[in-house]
Amino acid sequence: MKKLIRFASIACASAMLFSTTAFAEGETFKIGSIGPMTGAAATYGNAVMNAIQLAVDEVNEAGGVNGAMLEFNPQDDENDAEKSVNAYNTLKDWGMQMLLGTVTSAPCIAVSAEAANDNMFLLTPSGSAVECIAAGDNAFRVCFSDPDQGTASAKYIGENKLAEKVAVIYDSSDVYSAGIYATFQAEAANQPFEIVAAEAFTADSKTDFSVQLQKAKDAGADLVYMPIYYNEASLILTQADAMGFAPKWFGVDGMDGILTVEGFDTALAEGLMLLTPFSADAQDDLTKNFVTKYEELYGEEPIQFAADAYDGVYIIKAALEKAGATPDMDASALCDALKAAMTEITVDGLTGAGMTWDETREPSKEPKAVVIQDGVYVGM
Amino acid sequence: MKSWNKNFKSNCITYGIVIAAFLAVSALESTGNLSSLLKGLLVPLCVYVILAVSLNLVVGISGELSLGHAGFMCVGAFASAFFSKAALGAIPNDGLRFFLAILIGAAFAAVFGVLIGIPVLRLRGDYLAIVTLAFGEIIKNVINTFYIGMDSKGFHFSMKDQFSMGMEPTGTMLLSGPQGITGIPKNSTFFIGILLVLVTLFIVLNLIDSRDGRAIKAIRDNRIAAESVGINITKYKLMAFTVSAALAGVAGALYSHNLATLQASKFNFNTSILALVFVVLGGIGNIRGSVIAAVVLTALPELLRSLSDYRMLIYSIVLIAMMLFNWAPRALEWRERYLGRFFKKSVKEGK
Repeated sequence: MKKLIRFASIACASAMLFSTTAFAEGETFKIGSIGPMTGAAATYGNAVMNAIQLAVDEVNEAGGVNGAMLEFNPQDDENDAEKSVNAYNTLKDWGMQMLLGTVTSAPCIAVSAEAANDNMFLLTPSGSAVECIAAGDNAFRVCFSDPDQGTASAKYIGENKLAEKVAVIYDSSDVYSAGIYATFQAEAANQPFEIVAAEAFTADSKTDFSVQLQKAKDAGADLVYMPIYYNEASLILTQADAMGFAPKWFGVDGMDGILTVEGFDTALAEGLMLLTPFSADAQDDLTKNFVTKYEELYGEEPIQFAADAYDGVYIIKAALEKAGATPDMDASALCDALKAAMTEITVDGLTGAGMTWDETREPSKEPKAVVIQDGVYVGM
Repeated sequence: MKSWNKNFKSNCITYGIVIAAFLAVSALESTGNLSSLLKGLLVPLCVYVILAVSLNLVVGISGELSLGHAGFMCVGAFASAFFSKAALGAIPNDGLRFFLAILIGAAFAAVFGVLIGIPVLRLRGDYLAIVTLAFGEIIKNVINTFYIGMDSKGFHFSMKDQFSMGMEPTGTMLLSGPQGITGIPKNSTFFIGILLVLVTLFIVLNLIDSRDGRAIKAIRDNRIAAESVGINITKYKLMAFTVSAALAGVAGALYSHNLATLQASKFNFNTSILALVFVVLGGIGNIRGSVIAAVVLTALPELLRSLSDYRMLIYSIVLIAMMLFNWAPRALEWRERYLGRFFKKSVKEGK
């Protein structure tokens, strides 16, 4: 049996070798990425893979990095930690030198532990849990970490005196949502508002929010904070409208995309405030270029995950140039060079201008607060 | 005497396959011919082999359809990971701590096996399947509500969120609800995995061939007849169920110490069904078949990665083909006639 597997694996490996070796070994920088391309979280994985492919093609058209081309290999993990590690090992066999992933938090934690052992450079575009980059000093992040978002939201609501009584509706089964809520609650203690209701739902019960909304209403909340993704938020807004509950709404970066939900009356999102590093409607050249190209290639408006991933490629490019890296370096040597270079570079990207990294390996960039007015995002 | 010999021989072949696989992999590894993917797959393969063998004990030998096997794996995984994380400072020796963690995982899963088994095994057929299915989901959801932390004063516990525990700022979270446990020491190795597979096979094969095993099979084949000759039905059913649960707990312990992160959502209905698929496609009641099916079906989707979008399609076609090959009457006939000449013995023993 093992023999059969061995043959099968050799056959597969050689098939892979023939299919992907457009360039000879040591002439290209090999970037791998892992994310859910099938299953319930496929939207995020596909957005990331599409955006990376787009950025890699752009970089290659413009002459590559240090004279070498970039090569990209996406792998599916179905949002499962175990499969994610398998995908990581597959990429290692392929000869990956840098990992631009993993897309979702829980698999990212498992993969980053492996990457730390191998001293493989890891840049997660969208794994926002604290532990995603905690395993070793080889891991960096493009997006905000969950605690940053929660703290920033609480400060923003407090400093701008948006509300006195705040209700929170969050997804306790999601690392992202629960993580933001945790720090929001911690920071709220220092702010001039009180949390009157904190209602959780889980991935198994995310269609009916009448109980949570009723509790928020009964508690007299004048603002509802929703550290969740836009799909659930659109349901919450619709159901709140049906029961005549009209507080102020405040969301985070996962809310980006609510205006594109099919069958959702965007009039309900009027006045919704959200903190986001990226909005597809921004008018700067970089965003316009990206959004146009993305829509042309994939026929849909890019979400924030795509923007983070697109920035990720340019961050790697900047770091490679800073380090003066060459494609014939092995993954570990490249990782050491990139680690040093990451703290020295400044990148202007879609999700923030002048992004820098220090020894915490978190990006320093300002979240933008936007409000929805007349169906478009307007900066606040 | 003759039958004993046959069983003994068949069992030796099963152990031999496992040991040969281990030696082959070790040889490949030492010569550097093992890809990273296969290296990473070795421990999960052991996990699923143990899971499949343990489920076969309930489904094949005891004849009860259980759809909640992932629930026991979940109990074992969380109990052992929790212990490892809590005792990280107290027991610095990796080997000893992992050994204790496996025992704790198995013990907790066994306790749950008894607790669930007492009421559940009074049901039969479809009803048993429904209740075990519910049990798997309940375990998952119960673990999702627990928040446990540890600081210098001891353990803190909450069912709401991590702030209502009043923990010292220096304390560490051991289990945080749906986000599970992170930072579990990576103690699982292929060697330990193979040892556990052998122990599992030893326990299950010996149980099957023992006096107790014959009683269990008698209940499966004819409950009324078994009852009439004085076999204590509840006792023997519970025995099979508990041993199976404990072994699933061992699989869980091995699983949780292979990844840095553990979430209860992994142990959902799909994982239970996956284990059942291993058992059904390997042949119900055929332990060696379970081992082979678990290895093939776990490794296949990963080895097909180069086919990218088509791999799940091919995986499902393989599932259908395997099912037909193993169960369709025509396929059995064909196997008997053509392959029987070459594999006469193994086909017979498989049945």
